[in-house]
Amino acid sequence: MAERFPERPFTAGSWVSRWDLVLLPLVIGLFFLLAWAGSHTPAGHYVGPRPELSLNPALLPIYALKTTLRMLVALAVSFVFTIVVGTWAAKSPRAERVLIPLLDIGQSVPILGFLSFAVLWVVKIVPDPILGADFAAVFAIFTSQVWNMAFSYYQSLKMMPKDLRQAADVLNLSRWQRFKRLEFPHAVPLLVWNTMMSVSGGWFFVVASEAISVAHHQVLLPGVGSYISVAIAHRNMAAIGWAILAMFVVIMLYDQLAFRPMIAWAEKFKMRPTDGPEPQSWMLDLLRRSRVIAAVGFLLRQSLARAGVAGRRVARRGWSRERSRVVRLSPRIGETGWNLILGVAAVATVVLLTRYILAGVGFAEVGHVFLIGFYTLIRVLVLTLLASLVWVPVGIALGLNPRMRQRAQAVVLFLSAFPANLLFPIAVVAILRWHLNPEIWLSPLMMLGAQWYIIFNVIAGAQQIPGELREAADNLGLRGWPRWRRLYLPAILPYYATGGVTAAGAAWNATIVAEFVTWGGHTLTASGVGAYIAEQTASGNQPKLVLGIAVMIIYVLLMNRLLWARLYRVAEERLVED
Amino acid sequence: MANSNLIELRGVSKDFKGPERQRITVLENLHMALHDGEIVAVLGKSGAGKSTMLRILAGLVPPTSGEVIYRDKPLRGSEPGISMVFQSFALFPWLDVLENVKLGLEARRLDPGEQHRRAIEVIDMIGLDGFESAYPKELSGGMRQRVGFARALVVEPDILLMDEPFSALDVPTAETLRDDLLDLWRERKIPTRAILMVSHSIEESLLLADRLLILDGTPGRIKAELPVRLPHPRDRNAAAFRALVDRIYAVMTRPAPEAVAPLAAATLGIGHRLPGANVQQMLGVLDHVREEAGGERLELAELADELEMEIDELFPLVEALELLGFATVGGGAIRLTQTGRVFLEADILERKVIFGRALLERVPLARHITGAIESEEDHRVDEERFLSELNEFLTDEEAERVLEVVVAWGRYAEIFAYDYDSGVFSLEDPTAEETTD
Repeated sequence: MAERFPERPFTAGSWVSRWDLVLLPLVIGLFFLLAWAGSHTPAGHYVGPRPELSLNPALLPIYALKTTLRMLVALAVSFVFTIVVGTWAAKSPRAERVLIPLLDIGQSVPILGFLSFAVLWVVKIVPDPILGADFAAVFAIFTSQVWNMAFSYYQSLKMMPKDLRQAADVLNLSRWQRFKRLEFPHAVPLLVWNTMMSVSGGWFFVVASEAISVAHHQVLLPGVGSYISVAIAHRNMAAIGWAILAMFVVIMLYDQLAFRPMIAWAEKFKMRPTDGPEPQSWMLDLLRRSRVIAAVGFLLRQSLARAGVAGRRVARRGWSRERSRVVRLSPRIGETGWNLILGVAAVATVVLLTRYILAGVGFAEVGHVFLIGFYTLIRVLVLTLLASLVWVPVGIALGLNPRMRQRAQAVVLFLSAFPANLLFPIAVVAILRWHLNPEIWLSPLMMLGAQWYIIFNVIAGAQQIPGELREAADNLGLRGWPRWRRLYLPAILPYYATGGVTAAGAAWNATIVAEFVTWGGHTLTASGVGAYIAEQTASGNQPKLVLGIAVMIIYVLLMNRLLWARLYRVAEERLVED
Repeated sequence: MANSNLIELRGVSKDFKGPERQRITVLENLHMALHDGEIVAVLGKSGAGKSTMLRILAGLVPPTSGEVIYRDKPLRGSEPGISMVFQSFALFPWLDVLENVKLGLEARRLDPGEQHRRAIEVIDMIGLDGFESAYPKELSGGMRQRVGFARALVVEPDILLMDEPFSALDVPTAETLRDDLLDLWRERKIPTRAILMVSHSIEESLLLADRLLILDGTPGRIKAELPVRLPHPRDRNAAAFRALVDRIYAVMTRPAPEAVAPLAAATLGIGHRLPGANVQQMLGVLDHVREEAGGERLELAELADELEMEIDELFPLVEALELLGFATVGGGAIRLTQTGRVFLEADILERKVIFGRALLERVPLARHITGAIESEEDHRVDEERFLSELNEFLTDEEAERVLEVVVAWGRYAEIFAYDYDSGVFSLEDPTAEETTD
């Protein structure tokens, strides 16, 4: 699985580019605008959907189904976005310069803080409150998973071997044929992998987004997430147990019926075959060998082909018309104008932002949020370090052992998909019972779901260490610490950087639910920007909420650029590319 | 004489555990010794256990039975006095040249100044000066292997083991590096007392070695031992040299001792390790034999020379031709059979028919597969079944390789079809659904 040099999880070369300086204020400015508009329009029919939800375990299968459906819809939307934006960024240098840093910033946005805007807005637009909240949840899940998918698709297009592209030119493939026969298949391995990672992370957000209170309104969408939040409110341990069980079953089914078949299927599209055993899936074998499926597939392809012919005719017409209409500015003027617009917009946003912040919250509050942001940063760093100290050696040991690693990888993949927030109540009960200090003991919660990314990538890295290199180390008599320092640690470094950035990103996102937890009437908080965002979401103070989100984005970006990207680059530069 | 044995294998055998927990023997009852002052080359077809033997000598792999005696004591694990050079160089990509070379000294806890001095000394000797701070990826293949040599030599080993050290290099580079090594050795600039090299090039072995060991069979045994007394520098075009080349081919094509009639179809089981030869190459060889010798006796040495093939490429082809009854091999020469001639003369479609007939007659695995497909009601058989049957005789990897070979042959002959996606064998059916657009 994933036998590859880990894909580059970062975009830019330097740690901060001028595009960041332009785009970051624009993104944050957009949030402010949304918040401002949201707080200045009357709430109208905005009422939280009926907050009644039965704790009867018999209803759990239905709730689980609804949760899964939200996930699927978000995934479908993500796919469309990925193809469109990825293609656009790969083909247009101008779009590329803006879109790629934008994807990077998007990855750093704390989804759960962002969710409350989405709820406010969608509820205004969509008349039915439940449907509206549903839209908002799907939107939040979409924003949690789309960035790395789009980025991977863009990367695959950029890495397309020249001879394949030229072959497609010589064969005169149409735009659609090129997509179907060349671009999409070439992107499949990387895209499938990123999709799977996104979906694994997405379970966390779908659960979290089903029960959220915005401006003193409790939004409850029927689903496993809302079920467990009601159970928390009622301090019903049995119901929590049922919810965990239900989610366990869902993830198990997802793993067997979707995840594994996809990974095994993607193998077919790899340029170079995987070393070692190919990933297997009984489900995929079943699908491939079933004659019924083959027949259905045949019919499907036929009808698609027919639709394709018709579509192509339309597209061709549209394409040629579009082309003839394009007014061509001199490229120089167009370029400068485009840059000028972006620059002016950025400057204007910065000015407006400053005025708005000063009017709404004041300098002291800004300083305070940066300070508690720093507390959260320390928590994330310390926990990532602790998780690394535990999981790096374990991951290396497992990765070097061919018998263990297959099983270990399967287990870790499963664990990474399981939404860790379902387990929070257990920790909270423990903290309450033993009167532990929440400032310290709430921290591990943020790593609960994030740590798996580290071990998973380290296993993949250790598995890549060439046999001859290990033999050379044996022959040279490298044992103990020198062996780790000279062989194992440098060999897994790029993989570790990939795992680390994913884990730390997940941890930042999780702080919003991990630094602010409830159990019945009790609320435990740890001072940090995560708790700040959660509190402002609940109380509905829009300027403060946006401030919290902005601060978190800045911290996440800084951490990614200053720590992980550097680590990755150092590792990448040293490795041979034969 | 006992004292001149630097390292010795005494009755060494090596088994690997197969997937079904059965034992698969790779080496059997090997006796050999490496003496002071000699270079020994080990030749053999792929799969004869050369590499395993080298790793046993290096202490990287423990033998299943028998003993390895190094300096009059049993060898346990790797030893500072035994160094190794790898086919893929095995350099640490994150360390520069100097750090790579120092690695062996680091493990010995010499003081840093001494480490540096010795590393620089070896780097100069091997012709890497100026490249100390380069990373391996910045170097050409030849320079990389020089780092491999420097790293192995810096610990001043008694014994230098080389696992096909020149096979990843292009011809001129390999030649230069080999000559340089030979100079260092002959002028006693390195303290190494014996060198053992695994190779698949007969000429390369003859240019370097004082003694050749030829490994053959499944499991591998020493089939022949051949002293090389030609004076250095050796000329590969000299008559004596060519005579030795021919002799080695003759030895290598002599049936392995354990199999009296190894190629009589009746004695082959489905677990026979089919040689990895493709049909186009087989045709190429047949064609060449007809062109050069009218189908009559052609020396393998000459064939290898003209096709520019080493033995690891040529032997699978020759073996496959013999297995399928298109050629006979003996005494270091190949000749076409009647079937071979007919096969060659035929047009594209007839060739498939002839090949299919040969396959069904002479390759039990192919016969077994078609039989299994026919006996199934829906004429479909999962590859898992054949793999698990092959696993009785072969390791996982080897079973997959053998199945791949038979799939390629069977597809060419159109005696069965195989679907990669589902791993299902079925009857050849050219009208199978082909899709759309």
